[in-house]
Amino acid sequence: MSPLLQGALTILVGVFGCVGYFYAANLVLDKFIFPAKGPHTGRNINRANAVRPWLFLFPAIFALSLYLVYPVIGSLIRSLHNRAGDEFIGLGNYAFLFSDPTFLTALFNNALWALVVPASATFLGLVVAQLTDRLSWGNIAKSLIFMPMAISFVGASLIWKFVYAGDPDIGIINAIRDNFGWELVDPVQLPFWNNFFLMAILIWIQTGFAMVILSAALRGIPEETVEAAIIDGAGPLQLFFKIKVPQIMGTIVVVWTTITILVLKVFDIVYTMTGGNFGTDILPSYMMSFMFRDDGRATAVAVVIMIVVLPVMIWNIRQARQEMR
Amino acid sequence: MENIAGQNNTLKWAVNISVVLLVVAWLIPTVGLFVSSFRDRDQITASGWWVAPFSVELTFRTRGDATPTQDGDLWVIEGNIFDTAEVAETFESGDATITGFGVTARAPDEFPAGTEGETRDGGLLTVNADGSYRFTSTEEPDDRGPRVYFAAETPPSFTLDNYRTILTSDNMDRAFINTLTVTIPATIIPILIAAFAAYALAWMEFPGRGLLIAVIVGLLVVPLQLALVPLLNLHNRIGIGQSFVGIWMAHTGFGLPLAIYLLRNYMVGLPRDIIEGAKVDGATDFQIFTKIILPLSFPALASFAIFQFLWTWNDLLVAKVFLPSDDASRVMTVKIADDLLGSRGGDWGILATAAFVSIGVPVLVFFTMQRYLVRGLLAGSVK
Repeated sequence: MSPLLQGALTILVGVFGCVGYFYAANLVLDKFIFPAKGPHTGRNINRANAVRPWLFLFPAIFALSLYLVYPVIGSLIRSLHNRAGDEFIGLGNYAFLFSDPTFLTALFNNALWALVVPASATFLGLVVAQLTDRLSWGNIAKSLIFMPMAISFVGASLIWKFVYAGDPDIGIINAIRDNFGWELVDPVQLPFWNNFFLMAILIWIQTGFAMVILSAALRGIPEETVEAAIIDGAGPLQLFFKIKVPQIMGTIVVVWTTITILVLKVFDIVYTMTGGNFGTDILPSYMMSFMFRDDGRATAVAVVIMIVVLPVMIWNIRQARQEMR
Repeated sequence: MENIAGQNNTLKWAVNISVVLLVVAWLIPTVGLFVSSFRDRDQITASGWWVAPFSVELTFRTRGDATPTQDGDLWVIEGNIFDTAEVAETFESGDATITGFGVTARAPDEFPAGTEGETRDGGLLTVNADGSYRFTSTEEPDDRGPRVYFAAETPPSFTLDNYRTILTSDNMDRAFINTLTVTIPATIIPILIAAFAAYALAWMEFPGRGLLIAVIVGLLVVPLQLALVPLLNLHNRIGIGQSFVGIWMAHTGFGLPLAIYLLRNYMVGLPRDIIEGAKVDGATDFQIFTKIILPLSFPALASFAIFQFLWTWNDLLVAKVFLPSDDASRVMTVKIADDLLGSRGGDWGILATAAFVSIGVPVLVFFTMQRYLVRGLLAGSVK
């Protein structure tokens, strides 16, 4: 069967299956298990209403447990076993990781990414949001800066391969260097600095995201505070840093953490640009070098990533709980 | 605000100029790719895309005619270089000019056009800017004609050849269809599942609701990397293996937390009166959901659909792990990253075109549905 046909069939089965499930489950609950008639009508209705949320939630809970909760536990257990998965080796895989210089490089690079990318993207996003705020063509400018969000990391990497290419007739950076008579460089092979050239790609993508959210937050600042500051003689810079930024600090933190989480997952850019060579490995790309080869080590790297993300996760949950109160 | 005295005019200019610069900086990489995808292969390597509208100096090699005429004690070959067999096809349109010529591959433009150069076997060669040439020798030339190298200003040529190549001979058409096949079910299926769950979490009272919401917020940030090995093993055990069914299920699972979170946030904000009114009138939860909540939640559904579409279309990691890596089921991102970059590494025109084919659809979706995308982003992050 051709995949396209299979896809169409899956949509049908999926959609009708879902609707059918919800409809039938409700019907069975109301008509047969706890019918709203007979001697126990009141009690039955209450019971049906107590069960119903779980009917609604069941498919989601099932999929979530199978595809997200189970793997977390599964990965944890798998990381304590050897390559073939038949022998328990305790922390052996982790011991290997921390003795592997490549892993340590990846960890260090990942820390760099997690510091530089969210900071730059948030800062640039904030600047663009503020600059375009009162501009007549601001929406067009924002739309264009936002556009890279739609581009895949692979596509973006290819786009930047053109920018970075060593040949001065292809790469614009080397064309400029050539024009000034400077020595040509291959940005992705410069030790240490190549990390920053790769980060530029993700910053290029994520600035639009930061901009959209921060621009909405800027719009939400009460006019009175701004007007009062202007009357008190605040200049444009003071106005921005002392009045506006403090008021949207909460949003800035949200944007920052969202991008941080993304940074810890992205492997596409490094994979496409350098394949982890030239000292550019980060944890996700380092993990891919073990994928399909050594599940024990691959899962151990995944668990390390999870541990790095954990503080953000806990912070997010606490925020969400506070909002609900 | 608009009328703060004095500084305003210069400030306005400064703002306008800096925004223009920013936008240009943001667009340059993409424009470069776009222009390159339409350029001729030889021209790409000969000049940067930023000078694409200008003519390019390319070097060619050819042979003069093989039939000499005798002029006194000299053997003479005359003709037009553009008509010689090896390059005739390239110069069909005929508006190129020669800037230099040479007799060795090492120095293909050693002599400026119109001057006289000496060949290795002692002959004299002149090539003029319009392509006419004259070769004279005291000995009878061999029957293959003299070797001539020349550099010519060729007019810019924009073609669809790259698109034709990529779509017909590189299996990119297959990859495009595969991407579509992965994306559509993986976008539609989670929406329904999530919508029901979001309704329960937003409008039904039951013990453990707060905890569930907290769990979903937590799952939002679980790194995908954790899921890869255990799920692939699970798929292998239950017989799905690496297949489209597997990737649909994986994308559904991975997309659910965001879907539930977005939809719940939106549904909570719907007016309470409508829902309670309906309840008083005797509507069941199922009816309220299908007749009231779903239609009212359309903007949130659209937001999530766009997110999920972009995410599954652009995904590389999940496709690499959950789909087999043969040409029949590769999606475009995998095709580009694993195949084209290796086999077509130096062929910039083909790479640019492949990238453009793969980003075209999401960029289109982005520009037409931007409103919903922004709304979804805001609902997901600012609360």
